[in-house]
Amino acid sequence: MTDYRMHILICGGTGCKASESNEIKEKFNHFISEFDLEDEVQVLFTGCFGFCEKGPIIKVLPDNTFYVSVAAKDIEEIVKEHILKGRPVKRLLYKEPVSGEVISESQDMDFYKKQIRIALRNCGFINPENIEEYISRDGYMALGKCLSEYTPEETTNIIKDSGLRGRGGGGFPTGLKWEITRKVESDQKYVVCNADEGDPGAFMDRSILEGDPHSVIEAMAICGYCIGADTGLVYIRAEYPLAIERLKTAIKQAEEYGLLGDKILGADFNFKIELRYGAGAFVCGEETALIHSMEGLRGEPTVKPPFPSVSGYMEKPTNVNNVETFANIPVIINKGAAWFSKIGTDKSKGTKVFALAGKINNVGLIEVPMGTTLREVIYDIGGGIKDGKEFKAVQTGGPSGGCLTKDFLDTPIDYENLLSAGSMMGSGGMIVMDEDDCMVSIAKFYLEFTLEESCGKCNPCRIGNKRLFEILDKVTEGKGTLEDIDKLKVLSDVIKDTSLCGLGQSSPNPVLSTIANFEDEYLSHVEEGKCPAGQCKSLVRYDILEDVCNGCTLCFRNCPVGAITGERRTPHFIDQSLCIKCGVCYDKCKFNAITVN
Amino acid sequence: MSKIKSLSDLKKIKEEVQSKMKLRENSDNPEQFVQVKVGMATCGIASGAKDTMKFFIEELELQAVDAVVTQTGCMGYCYAEPTVEVILPGKEPVVFGYVNKNKAEEIIDTYIKKGKLVDGIIPISFKTIDE
Ligand SMILES: Cc1cc2nc3c(=O)[nH]c(=O)nc-3n(C[C@H](O)[C@H](O)[C@H](O)COP(=O)(O)O)c2cc1C
Ligand code: SF4
Ligand code: SF4
Repeated sequence: MTDYRMHILICGGTGCKASESNEIKEKFNHFISEFDLEDEVQVLFTGCFGFCEKGPIIKVLPDNTFYVSVAAKDIEEIVKEHILKGRPVKRLLYKEPVSGEVISESQDMDFYKKQIRIALRNCGFINPENIEEYISRDGYMALGKCLSEYTPEETTNIIKDSGLRGRGGGGFPTGLKWEITRKVESDQKYVVCNADEGDPGAFMDRSILEGDPHSVIEAMAICGYCIGADTGLVYIRAEYPLAIERLKTAIKQAEEYGLLGDKILGADFNFKIELRYGAGAFVCGEETALIHSMEGLRGEPTVKPPFPSVSGYMEKPTNVNNVETFANIPVIINKGAAWFSKIGTDKSKGTKVFALAGKINNVGLIEVPMGTTLREVIYDIGGGIKDGKEFKAVQTGGPSGGCLTKDFLDTPIDYENLLSAGSMMGSGGMIVMDEDDCMVSIAKFYLEFTLEESCGKCNPCRIGNKRLFEILDKVTEGKGTLEDIDKLKVLSDVIKDTSLCGLGQSSPNPVLSTIANFEDEYLSHVEEGKCPAGQCKSLVRYDILEDVCNGCTLCFRNCPVGAITGERRTPHFIDQSLCIKCGVCYDKCKFNAITVN
Repeated sequence: MSKIKSLSDLKKIKEEVQSKMKLRENSDNPEQFVQVKVGMATCGIASGAKDTMKFFIEELELQAVDAVVTQTGCMGYCYAEPTVEVILPGKEPVVFGYVNKNKAEEIIDTYIKKGKLVDGIIPISFKTIDE
């Protein structure tokens, strides 16, 4: 019998691989052969399940049992108990953080209930290194359908009608971009997939390439058919080795099956795909910089127009799309534009993948329909704020997005709503902050990132951001003035207006949005010399309350720099000139004798 | 692998591989399919539950019945092992005792395919066998 009675799916995404998933797979193979189960049980790696908070994750089918935080040492028990005797290992099942309820089947988890998976449809379900598993889920069917039933124009119209917009940040209508590129006359055109993904904390595109590389390959071929290109290029960071390896395997398999190459599926259409490696500069994700980098030139943006659609790689018409944008294409062709455009809001159709990070219970990768509110994402899917703390802000749009307060929690997520709220969709990073985060420091953190990543071509971006950073630094040191806050605003506006590329044009966003939404925090820093969140070390002062301290010596023994003095059973004292403000004494004191100011 | 030369060739390959993936596809929403749970604790295994399970998997496949066959722990009816619980879509679970190959054949032909009850049902007085 070739059919297995049981499939064991192990998350093979970068996150879980970094933990133990290789070892877990070996252990499974070992015990499965020990119990003679090789013909009955199939063990395989899939892409990311999204629930990275509790990785490594294992799914056992057909029972649909979802094991979390699995270690290699647990495998023997899983095989002996569950695989042999049908008794799920209870201690490894997922527990809902709020209700404490043990849940064995993933479809019952709040984390998955509100999600709709289109771009991530195959992630965590198929073996990304096996093209047949992709084919079994309608893989390459869309390409076949386009080649045999639709003209390039008809195919482009389906994408236009679906309302799909670019997922790489700008939100430009994808079908329209294809049409523009199609209409430019040229002997040679290119399809480029932008897999540069460099936002801190973002791993949407990487996970798609790791978990379902064929969906991107198929979509690039469809795009090639539409615009009249025979060559596709994937620009990917050399620092994503797993994604590169999976992509290479997938391209090779597609070539062997005749799904890439000459006369694909018997049609008069040739298409090949090559990889180009990026060195990991954020600005190279900008499409003109990306193209220059592929040409072997410096990865610096240039003025648009000409847009890549007209003159891109090697000055030929080039259609650049993001990984997630591509991953949607085959489904749209298979299910139709009308099906897709029913999902989402008026102007933003379909779903969006987000990488949830920060002070949230369920860190991970999610895909929700456009129009889902921030509250649903943070509380229902994300499981709320860590350690029962208070929500303070959520940052969307990556380093150039904005921080939104709790007043925006009921905002339905789409391109327009996020923009009018003072942030943006960006590529899908979503970082949650709690009461302990200082918003001035957050703005400083993002600015430090853009400052490092600026290519230096324009003065406002290169010098202006540096000045912004210095002023913010001054504020966090408690040396800022009211005038500085005004300066921040004016300078930000100038940088936005006069920078050449999206990096400079959006870099002051975190500054502007934190001033707009948390002005009182800035004022506390400059007027009272206080950091309300207690994060800005220069502004914090630890003191021992003489009448509460009973001289237990606990703080004295724990201070790493010996800043605390005092005799046993007499009040202790902190020498401010030695104190490094680590907060250890505050955490250790059992009598609340230490205050933070 | 020889190259796929047309859309109909691609569809053929898809159908071939789909049977291998059926287990995974079906387990995403088991309530739409016939669910067969075979008691496979020590007592069940000793009394031949493994063969029963294998028979269910192969026979249901052969007869093209979309089903999800899983094993569960001891159902607490050790006297009647091997025990098998069958859930038809939208119906209450039914537990059969002493399910050997002949009984399994009868269950498939009469209960699963025609919806008619057969002898050997154990009255259910438990919550669910997963407890
Ligand atoms: C500084 C900067 C960085 C960018 N980084 C990325 C990136 O990592 N991935 C991406 O797809 N698009 C990135 N973009 C957007 C691209 O320029 C381009 O708009 C996008 O790849 C087009 O694809 P789409 O229409 O499918 O979104 C970046 C833009 C800027 C200004
Ligand atoms: S705005 Fe900044 S990153 Fe963009 S081209 Fe100018 S200097 Fe370079
Ligand atoms: S904050 Fe740290 S360094 Fe300062 S007194 Fe307390 S323990 Fe010592």
